Amino acid sequence: MVTYFKDIYSGLVSLFIGMEVTFKEFFKPTVTVQYPYETLTMTERYRGHVELIENDEGKPNCIVCGLCQRACPSACITLAGVKPEGEKKKVLTKYILDFTRCSLCGSCVESCNFNALEFSKEYNLASTRREDFIFDLLQRLEDRNK
Amino acid sequence: MSSPIQLQPDETFVLNVGPQHPATHGVLRVKMEMNGEYIVDAETVIGYIHRMHEKMGENKTYPQYLMNLSRMDYLGALGYSHGHVLVVEKAAGIEVPERAEYIRAIMVELNRVASHLFWFGAFVMDLGGFSPLMYALQDREYILDMLEAVTGSRLTYCYFRFGGLYNDIDDDFIDAARRFIPRMRKSLIKYDKLVTGNIIFRKRLEGNALLSKETCRKYGASSAVARGSGINFDVRKNEPYSVYPDFDFDVPVYHEGDSLARYMVRMEEMEQSLRIIEQGLDKLPDGPIMPKKKPKLIKPPAGDYYQAVETARGSFGVRLVSDGTKTPYRLKLRSPTYSNMHLFDESCRGMMIMDALAFMGSLDLVIPEIDR
Repeated sequence: MVTYFKDIYSGLVSLFIGMEVTFKEFFKPTVTVQYPYETLTMTERYRGHVELIENDEGKPNCIVCGLCQRACPSACITLAGVKPEGEKKKVLTKYILDFTRCSLCGSCVESCNFNALEFSKEYNLASTRREDFIFDLLQRLEDRNK
Repeated sequence: MSSPIQLQPDETFVLNVGPQHPATHGVLRVKMEMNGEYIVDAETVIGYIHRMHEKMGENKTYPQYLMNLSRMDYLGALGYSHGHVLVVEKAAGIEVPERAEYIRAIMVELNRVASHLFWFGAFVMDLGGFSPLMYALQDREYILDMLEAVTGSRLTYCYFRFGGLYNDIDDDFIDAARRFIPRMRKSLIKYDKLVTGNIIFRKRLEGNALLSKETCRKYGASSAVARGSGINFDVRKNEPYSVYPDFDFDVPVYHEGDSLARYMVRMEEMEQSLRIIEQGLDKLPDGPIMPKKKPKLIKPPAGDYYQAVETARGSFGVRLVSDGTKTPYRLKLRSPTYSNMHLFDESCRGMMIMDALAFMGSLDLVIPEIDR
């Protein structure tokens, strides 16, 4: 009989201790971000989809060696280039990233020896159309420079 | 008022739990044969999100497969990557700088705390308490922010490389980690007051789903499931790897074998992980994070290699059979939750369905990791 009431008492105390915790939390400041109205800036090392790096003349650093294409585990990258007459290096003519397959591992950026690829900070990428995720990186570079 | 249907002792029906979110995240189906609210027999059906990770391991080159491991268990991804890089380093004979190993250990332990926090929140939510989930996610957020600043992603990290790391940690990370430890200790006291001491919580879990040592051994259970049943086994202590022998930490073991014991083991493991992080930050040596001599193409000599690591969910093993080419001949992944989950079929017989779901929550299942 005594233990029965002791149990009830200790049980009630434990509930009040729990309530004390939630009561204190109630007055703490909000830690969430109200997303569409506020956004967070991405950290410096954030890994978004890749983007081409340009040189001083606004042309891509890429020399079409194809190492990124070979390093990619999911075959996301298609690229092509031509060698103009009298030039030593190839010039990039096409760089397509199929972002539907990309898993953001960063193998392409790591494999690049010519400082031609970087991660973008973009993360608002929702769309209902598959074609929206096939990025023409060369086109994006030109758009950036406009 | 209509009277409830009287079930005959031999009258049963089949209840289909799932195939979505029974008590976890991922797609699991449990076929339960019920007599009223009591389970007569249960059968877990897996394979809904099988993605052929092992086969992919055979087709991709070693570096290309790195990012697959973090997709197995999305809550404690770094532990799995650790097992994979260790076995390949062992096979190819790559030396890892000491600093890199220390950072790896710190990262894995942080990830373990994050994983346990999420489990804690989800488990209590399964039992009907919502606030602890919010508090746990808030603490987890600090860890994810720290890991994001270093690795570049929040959940499916691709951070470890053969021989070292993707990039080094900076002072900001060390400061953040040092600030995090006392905050987390305070939070653990808060959880203790809010949940562990709660009479409703205790009454529900004490004596719930008793697992004997023999059952755990039979199914090859590990992590808190085995340690809650009195089996003192932790890969970090029993088969030390990486720099874990340098750290002073305990392995919490409970002998009761009920759901509360499993809960207590995980809560204490968080404290032990914090101790490891603290020691790791104190002892962190200077130096490079990648070895000077690193083979450009990884081609381990032909042979059979195995490495087990202790992840947040138990002992995870990678068996690598190499034939000397640039892709493995066979890559077998031993996932801990697969073993832990199969206890459920046998142990839930005769239990009430609410108790069985509490039991399932205490097993800490991550379904993508079972199906892999």
